[in-house]
Amino acid sequence: MTEATTNSMTTVMPPAPDATTEPRRVKYSTKNVDVFYGAKQALFDVSLDIHEYEVTALIGPSGCGKSTYLRSLNRMNDTIDICRVTGSIELDGIDVYSDEIDVVHLRARVGMVFQKPNPFPKTIFENVAYGPRIHGIATSKSEIDAIVEDSLTKAGLWKEVKDRLDEAGTGLSGGQQQRLCIARAIAVQPEVILMDEPCSALDPIATARIEELIDELRNNFSIVIVTHSMQQAARVSQRTAFFHLGDLVEVGETGKIFTTPDDQKTQDYITGRFG
Amino acid sequence: MTNSTVNEPTPLKQASKDRAQHASDAVKNGLKRRYAAEARFKAYGIGAIALALTVVGILFTTIISNGLPAFTETTLELEIELSEDVIDPSRTRDPGTLARANYRKVVFDALLTEFPDVKSRADKRKLRSMLSRGASFQVQKLVVDDPGLIGQRINFVVPVSSDFDLYEKGVINKDVANADRRVSDQQMVWHDTLKERGMITTSFNTTFFTSADSREPELAGIWGAVSGSFFTMIVTLLLSFPIGVAAAVYLEEFAPKNRITQIIEVNINNLAAVPSIVYGLLGLAVFINFFGLPRSAPLVGGMVLALMTLPTIIIASRAALKAVPPSIREAALGLGASRMQVVSHHVLPLAMPGILTGTIIGMAQALGETAPLLMIGMVAFIVDIPGGITDPATALPVQVYLWADSTERAFVARTSAAIMVLLAFLILMNALAVLLRKKFERRW
Repeated sequence: MTEATTNSMTTVMPPAPDATTEPRRVKYSTKNVDVFYGAKQALFDVSLDIHEYEVTALIGPSGCGKSTYLRSLNRMNDTIDICRVTGSIELDGIDVYSDEIDVVHLRARVGMVFQKPNPFPKTIFENVAYGPRIHGIATSKSEIDAIVEDSLTKAGLWKEVKDRLDEAGTGLSGGQQQRLCIARAIAVQPEVILMDEPCSALDPIATARIEELIDELRNNFSIVIVTHSMQQAARVSQRTAFFHLGDLVEVGETGKIFTTPDDQKTQDYITGRFG
Repeated sequence: MTNSTVNEPTPLKQASKDRAQHASDAVKNGLKRRYAAEARFKAYGIGAIALALTVVGILFTTIISNGLPAFTETTLELEIELSEDVIDPSRTRDPGTLARANYRKVVFDALLTEFPDVKSRADKRKLRSMLSRGASFQVQKLVVDDPGLIGQRINFVVPVSSDFDLYEKGVINKDVANADRRVSDQQMVWHDTLKERGMITTSFNTTFFTSADSREPELAGIWGAVSGSFFTMIVTLLLSFPIGVAAAVYLEEFAPKNRITQIIEVNINNLAAVPSIVYGLLGLAVFINFFGLPRSAPLVGGMVLALMTLPTIIIASRAALKAVPPSIREAALGLGASRMQVVSHHVLPLAMPGILTGTIIGMAQALGETAPLLMIGMVAFIVDIPGGITDPATALPVQVYLWADSTERAFVARTSAAIMVLLAFLILMNALAVLLRKKFERRW
């Protein structure tokens, strides 16, 4: 089937396939992951690989477990008392729930951007400098200055805020706040960035800005993004995983998922028949 | 024509139109009643506030009008002859002799020279009652400090006794029969004579703010109670703030949510409702009887009040910690901050305004607390100003209680004045709470 014949999804423009089609190295390897909240099971036997220097999009209707899956990758689920994770989640071959890796170290290696922009109620500079400072990545003033500038530049925010670094981060607009949060995450120089619906609280212009940013960040980081917008998944990701009711229904190259999905449920979801 | 047929009401449409008309009428008819209810509610609210303000107004007016006389004192300027024959007949200048000399006679002789016609013992006694007992002590101190003054005549200002102080302030009613009056007609004449001669003056009552308690109202002051309260509050703050905040942070941020923490939580809430005198009994039994700490001391008072304040601080701190949005914790955790760093760098600073408010409210409560202090002996009559947390002391509210219980008329004004000082401190603390909250308040 060609694209033209398949598709009721005329609005979705899958990105052109990468010139380099050689498979990327696996960064995260998760096998048979079950997650329980108390007695309720939220994820059923999810096995999924996250590739290096790629954007992996997790899509699916609300309550399908994609955020739960994302939050088990950096063990943010630990903060919920009743949450229990089984199965194996390996980062570079090491199980993140084993004793070999400390949760603080894990989160330094795996940054996270949340649904609602949540800058600290401190200055813009302090927001970005906080991570490097607590991890001891930079100690001298000049090193920290360099990291702050570099991170804000990478997050596409430097030009807008360079003259007001000592103003409150909470005083920025929603889109700027979210980019500040991204700058804050990349200041720690993580290997993976997890994004939990980073654009859901933003207007279309700010969203477009963040999407461009994600595309640039792909060169240096592995990115996992949860999104409700299928257009967004199609625009920014190289691989897409479709979750439904706690099951991983289908995973594959974004182009394929949005054009010729193997599963009927995926087909129905991306064409807007449910969800 | 076709248009009119389209617009022609079908029975169904007509019914729905009627219903809409009916609903609209119902709303209209009900409007008046609804607005009347709102107006009534507003009136009740204004009435309640007016009532509260009136009560506060009456309270303050009575306290201030009762207490104001205590802020001035009446003094008598006498030319005192420090006669060597009376003070130091042996001329040895022995400090013991100087301290034991009959200064009452020295002072009274000075007063007597003003009224040479007073001869009888009864009249002399009446005249002597014009002088405060403090007068002789003040002269004694003067002489002991500087024996070189002996033999000289000095002009010295001494306090008058409380009855004459009250007479000078117009508190004593002249219409009362002579026999029933604290100041007799004869004494009034003496007083007025002295006043005509310009020897009686009224000035700001520094004694009240610099001395400790005394049996003589004109010599009694609140400084002893204020410093006692100060030391007590220091102990209370140093104990209850760190313990309370640590407990709140642990329970809110670290403790697993299980049955044990639930029981602890319920019990902390119960402790907040325990009558304060029970804490006093506990302090008496445990701190004084078991650990043998000194009684009547701010140390024990502070410890007891700290126990009483702890639940308040813990509950307020937990509420403040709960109010910090979880997104801030997630942001810090997501960056790889340890839980301790999340708490100390982000959660605690954001919760601080609430914690401080709770602490100050708890401290204000403790400052006004009397009952537990009665149990541990801080109700004693103490004439020395405490110099530390182990010295015997009393506290401001206890001083109010002691003075309110006294029979001397002049203590009425001093009681109200002490209440004014206590209220001033409470208002100051509440203002501080507001200021701190304003200063540390941050938006997120």
